[in-house]
Amino acid sequence: MPADRTTKVVTRLFGTAGSSSIEVAMKHGAYSRLATALGMTPAAIVDEVKKSNLRGRGGAGFPTGTKWSFIPKGADTVYLVCNADESEPGTCKDRELIFWDPHLLIEGMILSSYALGCKHAYIYIRGEMMREVAVLQAAVDEAYQKGFLGQEMRSAVGTFKMDLTVHRGAGAYICGEETSLLNSLEGRRGWPRLKPPFPAVKGLFGKPTIVNNVETLMNIPWIVEHGGAKFAELGVGKSGGTRMVCMSGHLNKPGVFEMPIGITFRQMIDEVCGGVPGGRKVKAVIPGGSSMPPLDIDELDVPIEFDALMSDPRIKPVMVRPGQVFELAPGRPLRTMAGSGGIVVMDDSTDIVAVTARIMRFYAHESCGQCTPCREGTGWLARVCTRLANGAGRLEDLELLSSISYGIAGNTICPLGEAAAWPMMGFLTKFRADFERAAATGEANHKAGRVPAAAHTHGGAH
Amino acid sequence: MATAFSPQAEQKIQDICRRYPNTQAACLPVLHLAQDEFGYLSDEVLDLVADRLSLPKSHVFGVATFYTMYHRQPVGKRVLMMCTNVSCMLRGGYDTLHKLEQTLGVKAGGTTADGEFTLIEEECLAACADAPAMICGRKYFLNLTPDKVEEALAECRKLPAHSHGATASASATQTPGQKKH
Repeated sequence: MPADRTTKVVTRLFGTAGSSSIEVAMKHGAYSRLATALGMTPAAIVDEVKKSNLRGRGGAGFPTGTKWSFIPKGADTVYLVCNADESEPGTCKDRELIFWDPHLLIEGMILSSYALGCKHAYIYIRGEMMREVAVLQAAVDEAYQKGFLGQEMRSAVGTFKMDLTVHRGAGAYICGEETSLLNSLEGRRGWPRLKPPFPAVKGLFGKPTIVNNVETLMNIPWIVEHGGAKFAELGVGKSGGTRMVCMSGHLNKPGVFEMPIGITFRQMIDEVCGGVPGGRKVKAVIPGGSSMPPLDIDELDVPIEFDALMSDPRIKPVMVRPGQVFELAPGRPLRTMAGSGGIVVMDDSTDIVAVTARIMRFYAHESCGQCTPCREGTGWLARVCTRLANGAGRLEDLELLSSISYGIAGNTICPLGEAAAWPMMGFLTKFRADFERAAATGEANHKAGRVPAAAHTHGGAH
Repeated sequence: MATAFSPQAEQKIQDICRRYPNTQAACLPVLHLAQDEFGYLSDEVLDLVADRLSLPKSHVFGVATFYTMYHRQPVGKRVLMMCTNVSCMLRGGYDTLHKLEQTLGVKAGGTTADGEFTLIEEECLAACADAPAMICGRKYFLNLTPDKVEEALAECRKLPAHSHGATASASATQTPGQKKH
């Protein structure tokens, strides 16, 4: 049966008092799927996850079961790592999920570890989430006390015992990228690794490793309880289950919602979030975290589903510059992607150039510095955008932004380069008039000899 | 070396090291612990961490300077992290930051003269649906509009301190790192 707006897979305990304590969580079914899972063979669980059409909720949308099947057969040590380094601007679901239901995450990790043959799993949680670190550590301690962790349990194929460690990051957006996360977990700087080898073959401490997002892992207990086919039915096409949607920006009722994966942006804005304040119109929507190219007001009837956002012809292709489509592969234009579920709504009073400058400043700040196109290019984008936003730009700055973006995309070890270049090209494609107006103001200021300080990066969005 | 871990911290280090197959992986958690213990990560503290984990000093220095939450200079007793990223910006996050700067009498990045607060302009705190957002330790301040700043600061003063507090003279100097002993 397809999900409706009341279907709850991962948010059943949202709003329940004391939900992070093991007593309350167990009253609501926590750890009840352990017996079912341990009665199955690990391979049977992987099969259910494949059938479920569960796709990674961290941003890439890769099929989870397929990822799991990349672990080499007969590997002696396998690691499972939960990516709780949520820091993509606009995304605020994993923090809420951990706060309300840490035991669902732990249960999901026990089931997944059994399926993967992992004996020690790690949760890499963002350093800034000090409240959630405390909640999660307390929950892990409770799970140890109850014997769900650290003690042998009987299973269909012998016995199973695992450890789980909470590892706190220390402030670096890049550590949300999985290979950077692994380096950070190994006690290094968070520098992304070249792929291949992929983590499933050579990951944490050189061993086969699966890195999954918080929300992804929290879906596993439901899949074990109800079966993969039922989970697939909740969703749309090749995307199973529900989706956590984070709604922020200019909305009457912003919030974090678990929603059917077929819901459209317009429905989310108007029906779920009560529309835009002051009766204003939507100008731009970031569809899945600030690294995803934006949508304009004519593109909001598309569902938030992974494949739709990549291929729906109602979404205009991103252009490198007028007349040149940006292609991911020959004949495959970049439209946008579902990303991490962080939807940011901007009304028609928004200064798009100032918003773009702020986004570019973020990526420049977070570039790890390893690859030259990203290290130099993101800072360059930030400076050029900032001077345009501050009335100090030039007409040729638009072509400069295009050329820098095109020089970054595809030329870096990890996707942080694209995370800056794609939205830059996307905003330029869909809101070119705003950039042209800003450039014209800059030219006029230059002519009149009243150029404001270009380095000034502050400034509201209105 | 004058700097040393307390017996309680030493116990915690042993517990941390048991969770990983090598001591290098304990580098981030032990740096967090060292910062809790000493308030900030001076060169002496980095040397101590390197010695304790048998890691090259250059490695520990590289890690400590890569991540934004490791403080290489003294910080205030309480660190305020005010988000101005896109969702907060759209809902007036910069107005709140400016109000904080005015009220505290410091620019973002600075520490108040009494050593009470360090104000940081922070990137997205994953509290976008309740923007503008600020955190102080484990406490979130949500929908923090400028009119709520004074009340929030009063509440912050009651929270447990993160560090012993920077002295006015230490916070006035912006030199990265401390002199070697």
